[in-house]
Amino acid sequence: MTDDLTRLTAAQLSAGLRAGEYSSADVTRAHLDRIEQTDTALGSFITVTPEQALSTATDVDRRRAAGEELHPYAGVPVSVKDVVVTDGVRTTAASKILEDWVPPYDATISSRIKAAGLPVLGKTNMDEFAMGSTTEHSAFGPTRNPWDTTTVPGGSSGGAAASAAAFQAPLAVGTDTGGSVRQPAAFTGTVGVKPTYGSISRYGIIAMASSLDQVGPMGRTVADAAALHQLLAGHDPKDSTSLTDAVPDFLAAVEAGARDGSLTGKRLGVVNQLSGDGYDAGVQAAFTAALDLARDAGAEIVEVDLPSLSYALDAYYLIMPSEVSSNLARYDGMRFGLRVEPESGPVTAETVMAATRAAGFGAEVKRRILLGTYALSAGYYDAYYGSAQKVRTLVQRDFAAAFEKADVLVTPTAPTTALPFGTEDDADPMALYLGDAATIPANLAGIPGMSLPAGLAGGMPVGLQLLAPAREDARLYEVGARLEALVTNANGAPVWAGVPTEYAAPAASTTTSA
Amino acid sequence: MKFTEAVATYDPALGIEVHVELGTATKMFDDAPNTFGGGANENTTPTSLGLPGSLPVVNGTAVEYAIRIGLALGCEIAESCRFARKNYFYPDLAKNFQTSQADEPIAFDGQIDIELEDGTIVPVEIERAHMEEDAGKNTHVGGAAGRIHGADHSLVDYNRAGVPLVEIVTRPITGVGERAPEVAAAYVRTLRDIFRAIGVSEARMEQGNVRADINVSLREGTDAPLGTRTETKNVNSFRSIDAAVRYEISRQADILAAGGEVLQETRHFHEADGSTSAGRVKSDADDYRYFPEPDLVPVAPSREWVEEIRANLPELPAARRRRLLGEWGISELEMRDIINAGLLDPVEATVAAGAGPDAARKWWMGEIARVAKQKEAEPAELVSPEHVAQLQGLIDEGKLNDKLARKVLAGVLDGRGAPAEVMEADGLQIVEDTGALEAAVDEAIAQNPDVVEKIKGGKMQAIGALMGPIMKATRGQADAGKARELILARING
Amino acid sequence: MADAAAITAGQVEHLAELARIAMTSDELEKTAEDLGRILSSVARVTEVATDDVPATSHPMPLTNVLREDVVGTPLTAEQALSGAPAAEDGKFLVPQILGED
Repeated sequence: MTDDLTRLTAAQLSAGLRAGEYSSADVTRAHLDRIEQTDTALGSFITVTPEQALSTATDVDRRRAAGEELHPYAGVPVSVKDVVVTDGVRTTAASKILEDWVPPYDATISSRIKAAGLPVLGKTNMDEFAMGSTTEHSAFGPTRNPWDTTTVPGGSSGGAAASAAAFQAPLAVGTDTGGSVRQPAAFTGTVGVKPTYGSISRYGIIAMASSLDQVGPMGRTVADAAALHQLLAGHDPKDSTSLTDAVPDFLAAVEAGARDGSLTGKRLGVVNQLSGDGYDAGVQAAFTAALDLARDAGAEIVEVDLPSLSYALDAYYLIMPSEVSSNLARYDGMRFGLRVEPESGPVTAETVMAATRAAGFGAEVKRRILLGTYALSAGYYDAYYGSAQKVRTLVQRDFAAAFEKADVLVTPTAPTTALPFGTEDDADPMALYLGDAATIPANLAGIPGMSLPAGLAGGMPVGLQLLAPAREDARLYEVGARLEALVTNANGAPVWAGVPTEYAAPAASTTTSA
Repeated sequence: MKFTEAVATYDPALGIEVHVELGTATKMFDDAPNTFGGGANENTTPTSLGLPGSLPVVNGTAVEYAIRIGLALGCEIAESCRFARKNYFYPDLAKNFQTSQADEPIAFDGQIDIELEDGTIVPVEIERAHMEEDAGKNTHVGGAAGRIHGADHSLVDYNRAGVPLVEIVTRPITGVGERAPEVAAAYVRTLRDIFRAIGVSEARMEQGNVRADINVSLREGTDAPLGTRTETKNVNSFRSIDAAVRYEISRQADILAAGGEVLQETRHFHEADGSTSAGRVKSDADDYRYFPEPDLVPVAPSREWVEEIRANLPELPAARRRRLLGEWGISELEMRDIINAGLLDPVEATVAAGAGPDAARKWWMGEIARVAKQKEAEPAELVSPEHVAQLQGLIDEGKLNDKLARKVLAGVLDGRGAPAEVMEADGLQIVEDTGALEAAVDEAIAQNPDVVEKIKGGKMQAIGALMGPIMKATRGQADAGKARELILARING
Repeated sequence: MADAAAITAGQVEHLAELARIAMTSDELEKTAEDLGRILSSVARVTEVATDDVPATSHPMPLTNVLREDVVGTPLTAEQALSGAPAAEDGKFLVPQILGED
């Protein structure tokens, strides 16, 4: 019984709960059990919150029994990336510097999740302060990819992706600054969406790079990602960059996409700069196969150019660290979080700050802070930060031109499938960053993107990325739903259904309970 | 070097940065209360504490106030401007960056005239006025008397963190010579009066609502390039500003006269002896890494909004003074006395309520001010302008004379009601019963034949000697003019 | 244009001071190497960032997002101090502060 409940999609759970087939407490307990059984091996969660989750679940059950009007997804559990601030529940951003921080407030999306009655199973693992694409850079140990526990789940939302892929949670909240939702979705055979910048409030999301960060819904299906997006989106007066537009009906877009013929006449733009060289043959094959399915279903495949793309990565690695260097200045051991005194010399506010930041931040975080400090410093600002902001304009212009020719753009989400642990260790940092080349431009331009499974390569999932113009997130859901159905039909089952469900335990545990 | 000698040798230049805390209900970027006092750390939100995940949203009223200030200082208002982050580490700075405006201030290129004690007008050019946020407050514990050096640790209260500030920066003020100290103080006083007049701040210097940083430099002559400047931080009273400028001019003159170089540094002002001492040396290491605040979007005040604010801007102090001088026909000196006494508002209101300007001024600057001082109260708290006007009206109607009016006023100041009510209750109205007056006059004439002789002999001032008994007999309620008429009629008749 | 590729350990030391991160000399050397490599790549942005291209600081062009000046519910002092590493008399206790701005 419990196993069955964890295998259901959020849409199925929503329907089952409303039909009274099972209670939210049943569903929540099933997922908590699954976490209990599998998370020692996977390390998806930094903090599991069984008491809060069950209390929400029983409250929803009680209210449903009393005939109250509830959110359609009330009672469907969700995991939340540990970069989302949760009142009274430890929030770490996977950093030692916030190891024991219990916030006194809720992120706007935490309040929305509470108001909708979704039990929060716990806080998922990630790269420290969302910096990384493997979830190896976590102060709480790595997350393992449920498809192959010797490989990374991607990152930075690796815990979120693994939790959805491994049936620990039907829905997962991630964040995406340069691909941190889409790339782990690709590596784990799940669906991850980076909405239009401003679609979902950033209030209470621990900032990495303010002008690039966006909360992203994740799930095993396009419909589930749409449902979570619908729930999280909407104007927030506490976020100055929050869009004021009415939230489009994403679930209606999914329904429209599910109809036969919905791809007829749709122009899918293949980006010349994001295919071929540098992409694994298996990835390229799965991507091409998915495009063939789309063509057979009536889509028109066109080629588009994004000539500034080669500069986008460079611009990203100037803008992101610059904003990081300033956003992370507040972690100084004065008001909250870790405080470390220097081992020698005078104990002053200045030396304590320096010792705290030295001890509390990991190597990648320090590297980005210093890079950003350099890029913003007097004498370099115009050449670096100033130029990068201009490249941003060029990238936006490229996309505007491309969307004249195509309704959505399609690319492989990442050049490879999930890589083994430790691949990064001795590599040139810039070469590693190249893995994000396909996902970063959407963050620079503010446009929405989605990764959904295109198939498998060498037994590992391959992600296909869809990009749409700003505010046209619904297009992703419509086209994504159709592509998902085509891939499922061709494979005889959803890609996510092929994931192994039992995992060998690693040497050490990475999970704690709150 | 003595100040007089210093200013005879060198030409001082001033640059003044004034921070004013805006009197908004909430802070600059969050909805925590912007109030003075209260318990420590009780006026904070995640945003003013800089907690992880918190975000700023601009206070629209603070923007309006900043525009008011810009317009009052004759500035251009930016079509569009952005906030920037000024990055530096300090424990009272919750985010370790200050959200400020760097190269895009909301107001720029202004000018105001300031008036010195003797009526000299000095124009001061305003470079910019920009919006920013205040920092928290450190209390240094364990060391000598709150000074930073020697303290064991500090305690930080973030109630003030995020309070909206407007910083107003002058262009160099040159050519004022020995009057530099006076000019600096008068400039800040003028700003203080403007802030109050346009309703953007209570501008209480003693509460730190208005804080001035004073840059001073000296040069060989008026054609020489500006010298190296020092910046004396947080000088917070007019007297201190005068003293700080005076001290810095003398100190720098000593250094220059000895062939030395003035260090570019911040300096601290000491109230006790009016001196300054070295703070931090400015260096190339000051690298604030300004960049546009990505969590805020540009502020682009529409021209309609700016014009609406301009149209509703209250009359500025200088214009009002000029207007009232013309309307009242009083001297500049008298006007300055009224302003310095802080009584311009009640005097103007009293005139508006029907009293003549001279009378209104006389009552407020005289009897009311005297009693207020006795009672240690603000004059305007004791009596309303309407009552003062009514009191004067009773005199003008002949119902009261000066002496009676003062008695009535005393009752009013004691809170016994309107002048007419006090007059009625105490029976203080001038006697109009001519029978009683005639009897008193006859009696006085009969009792003082020698005085009558003098008057007959042409010594008219002797009439005064009869007035005492007449007033006594009528308990002071006699109309002095009428009594005089009757005396002359009796004696000469 | 800055000489991007050559970053010295001394420059990194200055950056580490600005960023308030205590670093060992080994870390300074390693970081200098990393930053040098990254910067030699990212400096390419200047090639296309010509004067006629405007800068984009925000991905979505919004303006005038202003808040009504109405007091909300502040944190209690207890909440404000809940994460403080040290506190005294309702205030955050911090080590002695040297130097003053």
